[in-house]
Order: sequence, then C-alpha cells, then structure tokens
Amino acid sequence: MNGALYIGQRLGKGVVVVLAIVIVNFLLIRMAPGDPAMVMAGESGAADEVYVAQLRKAFGLDRPIPEQLGIYVSNIARLDLGYSHRMQRPVLDMIVERLPATLLLTITAYLFSLVAGITLGAIAAARAGRLSDTLITVFSLIFYATPIFWVGLMGILLFTVTLGWLPAFGMASVTAGQGGLALGLDVARHLIMPALTLGLFHMAVYARLTRASMLEVFDLDYVRTAHAKGLPRGRVVRMHVLRNAVLPVLTFAGLQAGQLIGGAIVVETVFAWPGIGRLAFDALMQRDYATLLGAFVFTSAMGVVFNLLTDLAYLALNPQITLDR
Amino acid sequence: MTDTPILRIVGLSVALPTGADRHHAVHGLTLDLHPNRTLCVVGESGSGKSLTALAVMGLLPQPEVRAVAGAIQFEGQDLLALPERAMRRIRGRRIGMVFQSPMTGLNPVMRIGDQIAEQFRFNGRDLGVDPRRRAIELLASVGLPDPTKLLDTYPFRLSGGQRQRVMIAMALALEPAVLIADEPTTALDVTTQAQILKLLRELQERYRLAVMFITHDFGVVSEIADEIAVMRHGELVEHGAAGRVLGQPAHPYTKQLLAAVPSLEPPRRAPVVAPIVLQTQALAKTYRSRDRMFGRRREVIALRNVDLAIRRGEVLGLVGESGSGKTTLGRVIVRLLQADSGSITIDGAEVSQLPRRQYRPYRKRVQMIFQDPFSSLNPRRTVGQIVAEGLLAHGMPAPQAHARARELLRIVKLSEQAAERYPHEFSGGQRQRIGIARALALEPDILVADEPVSALDVSVQAEVLELFEEIRVRLRPAMLFITHDLRVAAQICDRVAIMRRGEIVEEGPTSAIFAAPRHAYTQELLAAVPGAAQLALGQAARPVSATVLEHEPK
Amino acid sequence: MMAIMHRLFRHKGAAFGVGVIALVVILAAIASILYPDGPWEMVGGIFEPPFQRAHPLGTDGLGRDVLTSIVYGTRVSLLVAFVSTVVAVTVGVLVGAVSGYFGGRLDDLVMRVTELFQTIPSFVFAVVLIAIFTPNIGSIVAAISVVSWPPVARLVRGEFLAIRHREYVEAAVVLGVSTLRIIFVEILPNVVSPVVVLASLMVANAILLEAGISFLGLGDQNLMSWGYMIGEGRSTIRDAWWLSFFPGVAVVATVLALNLVGDGLNDALNPRLARRGRA
Repeated sequence: MNGALYIGQRLGKGVVVVLAIVIVNFLLIRMAPGDPAMVMAGESGAADEVYVAQLRKAFGLDRPIPEQLGIYVSNIARLDLGYSHRMQRPVLDMIVERLPATLLLTITAYLFSLVAGITLGAIAAARAGRLSDTLITVFSLIFYATPIFWVGLMGILLFTVTLGWLPAFGMASVTAGQGGLALGLDVARHLIMPALTLGLFHMAVYARLTRASMLEVFDLDYVRTAHAKGLPRGRVVRMHVLRNAVLPVLTFAGLQAGQLIGGAIVVETVFAWPGIGRLAFDALMQRDYATLLGAFVFTSAMGVVFNLLTDLAYLALNPQITLDR
Repeated sequence: MTDTPILRIVGLSVALPTGADRHHAVHGLTLDLHPNRTLCVVGESGSGKSLTALAVMGLLPQPEVRAVAGAIQFEGQDLLALPERAMRRIRGRRIGMVFQSPMTGLNPVMRIGDQIAEQFRFNGRDLGVDPRRRAIELLASVGLPDPTKLLDTYPFRLSGGQRQRVMIAMALALEPAVLIADEPTTALDVTTQAQILKLLRELQERYRLAVMFITHDFGVVSEIADEIAVMRHGELVEHGAAGRVLGQPAHPYTKQLLAAVPSLEPPRRAPVVAPIVLQTQALAKTYRSRDRMFGRRREVIALRNVDLAIRRGEVLGLVGESGSGKTTLGRVIVRLLQADSGSITIDGAEVSQLPRRQYRPYRKRVQMIFQDPFSSLNPRRTVGQIVAEGLLAHGMPAPQAHARARELLRIVKLSEQAAERYPHEFSGGQRQRIGIARALALEPDILVADEPVSALDVSVQAEVLELFEEIRVRLRPAMLFITHDLRVAAQICDRVAIMRRGEIVEEGPTSAIFAAPRHAYTQELLAAVPGAAQLALGQAARPVSATVLEHEPK
Repeated sequence: MMAIMHRLFRHKGAAFGVGVIALVVILAAIASILYPDGPWEMVGGIFEPPFQRAHPLGTDGLGRDVLTSIVYGTRVSLLVAFVSTVVAVTVGVLVGAVSGYFGGRLDDLVMRVTELFQTIPSFVFAVVLIAIFTPNIGSIVAAISVVSWPPVARLVRGEFLAIRHREYVEAAVVLGVSTLRIIFVEILPNVVSPVVVLASLMVANAILLEAGISFLGLGDQNLMSWGYMIGEGRSTIRDAWWLSFFPGVAVVATVLALNLVGDGLNDALNPRLARRGRA
C-alpha cells in the first residue's frame, strides 16, 4: 500500500527532474553566443539559410520566451528531439538506434562496479589491518585516481596489442556468425574491456565507501548484541553488519549513476562502441549541437531511471522507508 | 544459604592501551556469582565495571583492551583461557548479556522474530526447539503483548521499554545460567525502569539465574541487590550483603557515594514570598513536521495550556518523563522556540508576541543552563571566549568582558587560567560549571536549567547541586529547574510542577507534593523511584539542607 | 603487526602525496627555466622511443619532447584545478551555509538544485557547456566550477543543519548573539575540516575532468595538457605507446597524491577519540 505510494512519489520526482533538465537544455541553447537558431542548426546547417528560417519558425523564435519554452517542452514530450542537419536524420532516431548498445554497456558496468566494489570493500573491512585490506585499499586508491579513458587505452595496449586476448573495437566482429549463441559470446568478448573500464573507477569508490561504512557499523551496539548472542562471526558480518552498512553505499551509487553513464562518452569513443556516447562525441566534433544536446537530455534521463531503480533495491533492503511509521 | 558460586572472577586485571589515563581498567578483581542471587556492581564512570562484564563475555575490544591477569572460572573452565570457538558456545548459551541502550541494541533491518530465532539456528541447534514457537513463548514471558504479531515487526515500531524487554528475551532465549545486565535501565523512564526491574526480579527467581547487575544508581541497587560490590578506578573497594553495605558502609568511598545520593525527603522550606517575575498563561505548542517523502503531516502536541508562575528567588521544579513537554517548555521560555498561542509575561510585560528586535533586551534577563556538558560548549573556542560571549554580544568592551569572565570562572570554583584552555581539557562536572558561568555572565533574573546534572556522576552531581544552591542564595534568580530525577527535585526545589503529555497535572510546595501526592500520575512517579522504600538516605551531614534552613525570608 | 603497518602506510601515504604535489608545483613554476623553448618546438626525431639520454620519455609524431610537454602540462592541470576548486568551494559554502542555517523554502530549492546536478552526468554537462561557449581556458574553468559546487553546498548544508541544533549554538542564541556572528564564529569554524578534506578531493576531481575534456579535443589549443597528449597518442598507440602512457602516469600520480593528502587530512582533522576504557 504505502510501498506503491512511495514508488509513485519517486516516479513523480523523476519526471520533475527530467523536466528540469529539459529546461536547462533550453537555457543552454538560448545562452549560447549567437543566434539560437544557428546553434540548433549546427555547423553544417548554419550555412543553409532556408533551413535556419524553418528552424526559426518551428521553435517560434520570434515569439516571447515563455512560449518558446512551452513549445520546446511540448516537443520533447512528444519525443521530438530535433533534427540533425549533418546526418539528415531526426535526432531521436539516431539515439534510439544506439540505445541498446549503451544500455548493455552501462548496465553491465554499473552492476559490476556495485557487486565488485561492495564485495572488495566488505573483505577489506572484515580483514582490516591485514594484507588483503592493504592490497584492496591500494588497488582502490589507484583506480580512483585513474582517468577512465587512459585505463581503456592501456587495456587495449595490454590485452589487444600485446597479448591479443581481447578485441579492441566495436561491439561485434564483422566475421562473427549471425547465430544467437555465437553472436552473444562474441558481443560478450567485446564487452569485457569497455565495461570493466567504465566500471573500475566507480568500483574503487564503492569499495572505499563500503569499507568505511562497515568499519563504522562494526562499532555499533546491535553488532555487539549479535556477538553476545554467540553467533558465528561470518553470520554477524553478513546479516548484521553488511546488511546495514551497504545501505548508504546504495544510496550514493544511485545518485552517482548519472556520472557513470556520463563516462560512457569517453569509453565508447575509445572502444568505438556503437552507443549514444559515441554519437555524442561525433556530434561534438562536427559541432552538431542538436544531436549533442539531444544526447545530453537522454543520458540525463537515463541517470534518473538508474537512480530510481537503485532506490527500489534500497527499498527491498530497508523496511523503514515504506512502512507507516 | 551459601551455595557454591557458579562463576568466580579471580584476580582479574584488564589492561588499557598505552596513552590512556591509567594502565589498568580493572585491577586484581575477585568476585563470585551465585545462582538465584543478584550481585550489583556499583561504580561511577571509569570504575571498570562495564569492562569487567565484557571480560566475562570475552567481548573486550582487543587488542587495545585485554585481560592480562587472573582467571574467570565457570563450569569447570577458565573463560580467559578459552579459544574463541569455545567461548562462542558459551555466549548466549550459558551466559547471557543485556546492554544499556535498547534504542540501538537491535538490528534495524531484521525482524524481531528472526533476531530471536537465529540463536537457535546457530548456537542452540541441539536444544531441538521450534524457533518460532519458542520465540513467541519468550516474548510472552517478558510481558510483551501480542507476541505472534511482534515476530514479524521491525524494531523501529517499539518503544524503549518494549525493546529492552526484547533484549532480555533474547538474552534468556537459550536458558543460560548467568545473566549480566550492564546498566539496562539507565536509558529508560523511571516508570518503565520500575517495570523492567520487577521483570528482572521475576525472571531471576523463575530461572534461578545468577545475575550480575551493573549500575551507577544506588536507588536501583537498593531495590534489587542481594549482594553489592563497589568499584572505583578498577578496584573493588567494598563487598558484602546488600543490607549491610547500605546500612553500615565500611569504606569511605562507599560512604561518600551514599551521602551524595539526594534524599527523597525534601527539606523543610518556608514558602517564598516575593513578587512574581515570570508567568505563563495558556501556553500551547504543536510540532508539525512535513514528512517530505510522503507529504504527510505528523502532529505532536508538545504543550497544552500551560500555566505557571515563578517568584523572585524561588526554584520551581519541572518534573516529567520523556515526551512530557518539559524540554519544550524550557525552550519556549528562553525563546529558542516560539509558542503557538498563549502568553509569557516578565515583570508583568507581555513578551511572547514581541518581534525579535524588541525582545533583544530581555535576552539579558532570561538565560539557560544546558544538559549535555559535551555538546554545550563550542569545541573550537576557549573557555574565556565562551563565557564572555554574552557580554560582548550586548556591547561590553572586550577587555572588560574578559575580565568579568575570569571573575565568573572564580565564582564557579574554576581557576582563572581556565579561560585560556579549551573545553575538551575539562571533565563533565567542570564543563557544567563553565556553562553556568556563561549563563550567569549577563546577571539574569530568570534562569532555566534543563536537566543540568543528569549527565553527571553522582558525586560530581552533588557538587554541582551545591553550586546551584550558592547561586540561589547570592543572586536570588527565579529558577525553572527541569529534571526527570525526583530526588534532585526534592533537594533543590521550593515548588514542584509535574508534567505529563504537555500538561501540568499537579503543582505545589515540594514537601506537600512528596508527602501527599494527589494526582494518580504523581503517585505513580513517586512509587516508581527506585529505592524509595529501602534507602534511608539523607541522614549524613548535608550542605544542601543546611543552607536551605538558614534562609527563611523575612 | 599488520595494524601498525597499515597506520604507517596511511601516514606515509599522506607524506608521499605532499611530496608529489610539491614536485608538481615546483615543476609548474620552473617549467620555462627548465625548457625555455616551450613544448611545441620540434627538438628531435619523430617517434623516438623513450629511455634514452636525449629524450627520456620519447618524442611524438612532430618530434616534440614528451618530457617537456609533461612538465608544461603541470601548469594547466594546476591552474584549472585550483581556480575551479576555489570558485566552487566559495559558491558552495555560501549557498550551503545560507540554505542550512535558514532552512525552509530556500533550503528545499537548494536541495532540489543540488540533487539535479548530482543526477545528471557532470562530465557531459561540462562538455556541453564548453562546446557551446567555445573552448578556452576560461570556459573550461567555468564549466568545471559549475559542475563542482553542488557537492560542497550539500556538505556544508548538512553540517550546518547538524550544528545548528547543537547546544552551544542554542546557547549563543539565548545569549543574544547576532545571527551573522553565530554563523561565522560559532558554526563555520566547526565546518572547516570536512570542507578542507572535500576541497582536496575536488582538486583531484578537477584534474580528472580537465584531462577528459582535453582528451576529447575541447581543451585550450594554446596550452599543452596531459589529456590532450593522451588523446593525440591514441591513433598511434600500437607503435608509439609512450605518447599516451607517460602523460597518464602523470595524471594518476598527481590525482593519487591529492587523494592521499585528503585522506591524511581526514585522519588528522577528525581523530577518533581514543578509547579511554570507560567502564
């Protein structure tokens, strides 16, 4: 009952956030130096006077600003993200085409970062002060300091150029069979490096956070009670410490999901992964602002969705939120 | 009836890490626990009593704190020499423990039933009981209603008293022979405390438990102890049957502790005849919180229609349990909070409706002394700056303000050099004195003291109460003394107002109320004070009573 | 034994961090003395491999010395990182303090805004901002500042909310101390330590952001930056691995050093109260 209400509230909040992003987008277009129509037309479209005039009319640039905002928002609501003069296609089409690739990459990276991060952090906390803790801490510190794109490049250098174990570019080999399982395995092979690259930074963050959170929980009263009941240490760490310590990590991860998705722009570029990030990079190079901004709105919305899903996971673990106090 | 002890602590010494105040938290301690008897281990903070309990359970925070000498004999084994695996089998199974803070002692994300049942799975498999059924029985045996429903409830739904009952049920689930209780009722209201003490007594008799009850409260001790052990700085200073220790204490420290406990019998005071300084009428306040997550409003009525009046030189005690509204009332009077309706008059002038700027001059007249010595002083400012703050805020030039601050520190019996030091260098009692100096700086004629001694050890408490008595004599403020401790109220207050759920249910001269309470709640409160019947305290020479009798106003 | 080693490592870590940062600062200061011709000059053969006397870190496709470029790169990293952090911290502290102290509708609004910033991908947002306002050192610093202030505001707000209800602040109110004085004298000094720790982490983060921005080609074309070097080296990574490798090491070392310093500060400023064996 109240669970549904909570979910409804979060959904509503998410919609508001997306709306805010759209408004920010609108403001960006208006704040850019020069004529908004020229901005939307992009480098290639700016030369086309007819096109620019069409844009002016379509966006109502001769009307007062609130009306323009209204037009813009209603466009987005109808999923009209604009038109790329350069590519001669609606922006939405290009994004939707590449959505599955980006989803595959970001979801894999996100899950990896959470699972690996929490596990490592828990091990480090459980063996605090020992060798495994020192190793994990050093490992986390280094990956926390490393730019994602450089990790990717070094990965290619090591695993593709030197060792020849993993492919470096694209989502699937041209020569791969069209069959289900063979294709799936091929994609998986291509996915390993990009997903790891994207996830390693956040894995380090979550490992550190989990470790710190667990160390705090170790000192709490209810853990002492659990020990006093004669429970084995493993049980205490799993059911009493970890289950509580992981909650703030989840909250943080949900909020950070947007940052992880943002990293896709460089990872997809380095690995030529056919996703939205790559699209955004190409648009950036060609000064195709319509596409760039469309990709920005879309990835932000994805961040909101990831946040929501993480909140639901949090809900499952922490009963205090749903139930009537 | 001397039966063989079930647990013997022999020459126990617990060492502290280097750099602590002293080498040993516990030194050469020897104690016995007998079946069907309650041993109360009494001491102030730093006496080593809690660490002793943890040592028995093998729960010392090693390696920083560890047992370095002695033995703990239990069922044919030395617990200190046992490996962890063997010790684990004893915890919960043969020795159970209940801790102080029920609000944080239960895992917040696990259902109550699961928390009780898991012991059977992991440490009591051979008992062959159905965990669910047994859990229901246990919850019923500690007096919790509707145990079946309780199994699937989460801890946040329960009150402090209920949670402590659950903790006791958990500690006794595997039917241990020994129960260690470390200050189990300290965090509870006095009426709840009375219920829990009664419950523990019943359980001890039913299961023939050997109970080790740790506390700092002699009232509680007199209520339930069969034997008493007094600890100080890690050493045992006195040990014997309860009646003997309480009636004829041998060691000077024991005598000092007993003398420091305020008597429940108020000294005779003549009523204060002076004009009314502070008066409230129909004061009301409701807390409305917007639960952002749900958009639902939660309303808590803190004050309902509160009338009271305090005269110059009079100490009015405001007594109540948690949730009574006494803290809110104190804060409304010093204008940290604003009432929703009603009036506050100072010397006849209505002040509660005044806008901020116009109220400012009254700030000099109404001051507050806070409860927690550890958070009432800014850790980043020197003591001198803290005490001078009020004077500076009202325009006194800095050199003068600091000179006055030093004077005030002398008045509260601290050295002038204290002005250059930081709060963390002082003890709890000293910090309370600093807080008092701060409040006195502006020479207020109305003082609100919000549980000023509740966080202090009993001997320190006595000293600070003495200081209050001196202030009362020197400055003759109209004082509102908020407390939950009836003994303290008896000693220091001329009149007493009993508060419950936002209302004052009874009010009158202290001696009248204590001798013949009229309202049912007051009677309940007085009956619940531990040791009310047993402790015949207050006969030792008491500075407090003496000064009071000297001051019969003309 | 291991516990002591661990603690030592921490302190050693912070010391190491300070040392590296000092080195970076010194290099930035004396870059023009060390290499007066600047990083853009052709000084050697094309694609010379590293580990030789003349060009210890090799040269690139235009014969430019990698080591020289890395030394000059310290300037951009430090400039961008420190300036943007100072701006972000200033804005964040002001917003957070006002929001945390006064609460109410203003606080709600600030909370919503910071949550918004936290949810959307900062890096992409910064890239978009820079692209729209044309890439130069000014827009880069501004963009990084814009995406970096919200976490500071949230932290400061949280601290203010917590401290505002502490008894010593209440005592100041009852004494009649003015609001401004309470904010600056009673509350702010207690907020300084977490902000300092966060600031050191933000400098590190700013360096990573700047590297990413330059990698994508949005850096200031007149300034040599480590990210730019990594980006340039991408196309020839098979044959001239050193072009991308060494600048990356420089980034990692600098950011790691800053994180270690941040950790050390955290330990130093929030010491765990030693267990006094309270019985």
